[in-house]
Amino acid sequence: MYKKFRRRVTGTQIVMWIIGFLLLGGVIYGTVHTLAAGAYPPRIWLDLIVFGLAQGSVYALVALGYTMVYGILRMINFAHGEVFMAGAFIGYFIATALNRAELLERYFIPSQLLIFIGAMATSATIAVLLERIAYRPLRRAPRLVPLITAIGASFFLQYTFRGFFGSGIKSYPEPQQLKGTITLLGITILKTQALVIVAAVIMLIALLIFVQRTKTGRAMQAVSEDKDAAALMGINVDRIIVITFVVGGALAGAAGVLFSTLFRQVFFLTGFIPGLKAFTAAVLGGIGNVAGAMLGGLFLGIAESLFPNLVLDGLGIPAPYQLKDALAFLMLVLVLIFRPTGILGERLATKKA
Amino acid sequence: MKKSLFTVLAVLLIAAMFMAACGGAATPAPAPAATAAPAAEAPAATAAPAAEAPVAGSDPAVCTACDDPKGCVTLAANDPLHIAWLFVVEGADASLGTDTKRGVELAQAARPTVAGHTVEVTGENEGCNAEGGQAAGTKIASDPSVVAAIGTNCSSAARAAIPLLYAAGIPMVSPSNTAPDLTAADRPAEYAFYMRTAHNDTVQGAAMAQYAYEAGFRKAATIHDGSIYADKLQQVFADKFKELGGEVVAQEATDPNETNMGPMLTRIAAAKPDFIYLPIFIAAGGQIASQAKQNPDLANVQMAGADGVFSPDFLDAAGDASLGFLWSSPDFSAFGSGYQDFLAKHQEKYGEAPLAPFHAHAYDAYNLIADGVEKSAVQCANGSTVIPRTALRDAMLGTAGLQGLTGNLTCTATGDCADPKIAVYQGMSSDRATWNPGAADDSNPKKIWP
Repeated sequence: MYKKFRRRVTGTQIVMWIIGFLLLGGVIYGTVHTLAAGAYPPRIWLDLIVFGLAQGSVYALVALGYTMVYGILRMINFAHGEVFMAGAFIGYFIATALNRAELLERYFIPSQLLIFIGAMATSATIAVLLERIAYRPLRRAPRLVPLITAIGASFFLQYTFRGFFGSGIKSYPEPQQLKGTITLLGITILKTQALVIVAAVIMLIALLIFVQRTKTGRAMQAVSEDKDAAALMGINVDRIIVITFVVGGALAGAAGVLFSTLFRQVFFLTGFIPGLKAFTAAVLGGIGNVAGAMLGGLFLGIAESLFPNLVLDGLGIPAPYQLKDALAFLMLVLVLIFRPTGILGERLATKKA
Repeated sequence: MKKSLFTVLAVLLIAAMFMAACGGAATPAPAPAATAAPAAEAPAATAAPAAEAPVAGSDPAVCTACDDPKGCVTLAANDPLHIAWLFVVEGADASLGTDTKRGVELAQAARPTVAGHTVEVTGENEGCNAEGGQAAGTKIASDPSVVAAIGTNCSSAARAAIPLLYAAGIPMVSPSNTAPDLTAADRPAEYAFYMRTAHNDTVQGAAMAQYAYEAGFRKAATIHDGSIYADKLQQVFADKFKELGGEVVAQEATDPNETNMGPMLTRIAAAKPDFIYLPIFIAAGGQIASQAKQNPDLANVQMAGADGVFSPDFLDAAGDASLGFLWSSPDFSAFGSGYQDFLAKHQEKYGEAPLAPFHAHAYDAYNLIADGVEKSAVQCANGSTVIPRTALRDAMLGTAGLQGLTGNLTCTATGDCADPKIAVYQGMSSDRATWNPGAADDSNPKKIWP
């Protein structure tokens, strides 16, 4: 028995376990301490979760683009953050133009639809152009090549936007209808947050239905399962790949609009940090897995909002919110070490990788 | 196959960390002006061994052999005198750099010739961070024609640039670095060629604390963004506020690129402050100000920033939250008599009021350099001018009683040259077109203290 055990367990694994237990212990200790101190009423925790949900919805929408492209092409589209930024920019331009014409508040719902459609269309176009110009010629190249290309494309897009629209911060207009708060089920939340969460949930459900119930969606699943077999079954693989980029780009464009609605600032590096976070979310959920990306996004958003106050406060760390990003990327490292397949990624480990 | 997936993810992770690191690095950390320490405290450094006056007929020795430890700049009869600036002229904090750049341009227009040579001004973007300061400093230090530099805007950039310029023997005068340690008595030896016309934050932070206490606030919270400028300034404020008898209930920090301030503000709200001091920069400052207004517990808490957000760009970034917002900034009404004239020229040349508080300090920095050059330059018989670098530094550091726009400038031995007068301003409108803090009356923001 013991021998069998010895054979299966290596020294590295034991060290990993120790690290894991120490971290887990720290998290539990910090949480218990914070809660025992009782410095924060329940309403504050609820507020933190709502903040996290709003931020997490944006992460989830962007993470879907990463995960779908990975599922089909086995590459990380690092320029996806810039597709998101393009959506935020186009949303800003349309919103500002409508605001100047005084239509933004008078025709609130049509204006919002116009902003979303414009941003989603532009982002989808940019995503498709990326695929056509930067990735398709490299489809048979070793994995690292399209990855480096994606990073190059990301810089290209960032600095193109900077060249065209300058490096200053643009402030997104805020229509009267989105100011203030509303109360839902006894919870008071900001109207912007409500809009973001509702819009994101609608899009996530629509995407799940699209992927699981439509013919094209099933073709996407087939291509991600096995490209060659799918081609033999009469699926046009190139077309499916383009559709994947269109859907991912459109979701990123919508996320860009939601992000600027929440935070009212747009500039050429807007997509950088949210892009990295969304990538983290996709890995957390299990990259290649659509439901995993949604879950990972929401989890990361809530973790970022909640954990500094919940865990780090109890550990006696001053000014915990400056460690928010460190926390997010620490989770990425831990997931890669302890569960490289992510929360929902079992199938990936056995079949695809 | 599993192994290869792991390898790819590992590579990605490293790439992600690099990118995150670069991103963090790019974050602006400008440390705008701090009014100079009271001149009386540190009376002028012993006057520089001023350059030898040219003696008619006999050529000074320096014309044939430069004996200055840092070397000399030799200008032929028609050569321009080269002064370089290091300002943040791009990105979210560009208003800060553009403001000081215009101050230099107006000073140059008023005094185009120094020591018989036309002044040529060039510049580099310092990006308001250490990397930008390093890049700009390297570029300027490698140009042997540069006589002196004006910069940087941000204290983080200054830290990187100062040793580089020191090695090249180029004295640098900052119009907007306010971090206290840059001119502290125990500053490193390589800071010997650095001085500033901006106020020192030991004055600025204390002024805001004094105001807050006098106005009846007793529970303050502070927020910094990890930059040297913001961290030191909030600490000066907190120390002074406690000394006066107030309570500091929270000292939080964020990242200059952060957008989601809600969670941090929720945490601060739990400490129930009545005053929040956020001496940070425009992007994050705007987010905090506007998101705090959305938090019912903080909606009526008085918020205040420092000179880093004293810009019309902040009105855009903060929106309606800039109504009633407080700033500490140089007291324009206490500026010299030439200031209204400067404002008129500024309006005429650029079509708008100054964008940030440090234009006048940049104007004075230019004149401080020009005076130093005139004192230290040696005219040679062949028509050329020799400027020994150490002698120039000594002459600049020996400045005493210079009548500048910002007041009466006298340098201390450690390079604090400003005549610091700090006022507190309040936002009257969020429309950037109304921005004109220097206006004699009806200004926005409006001076409310002292």
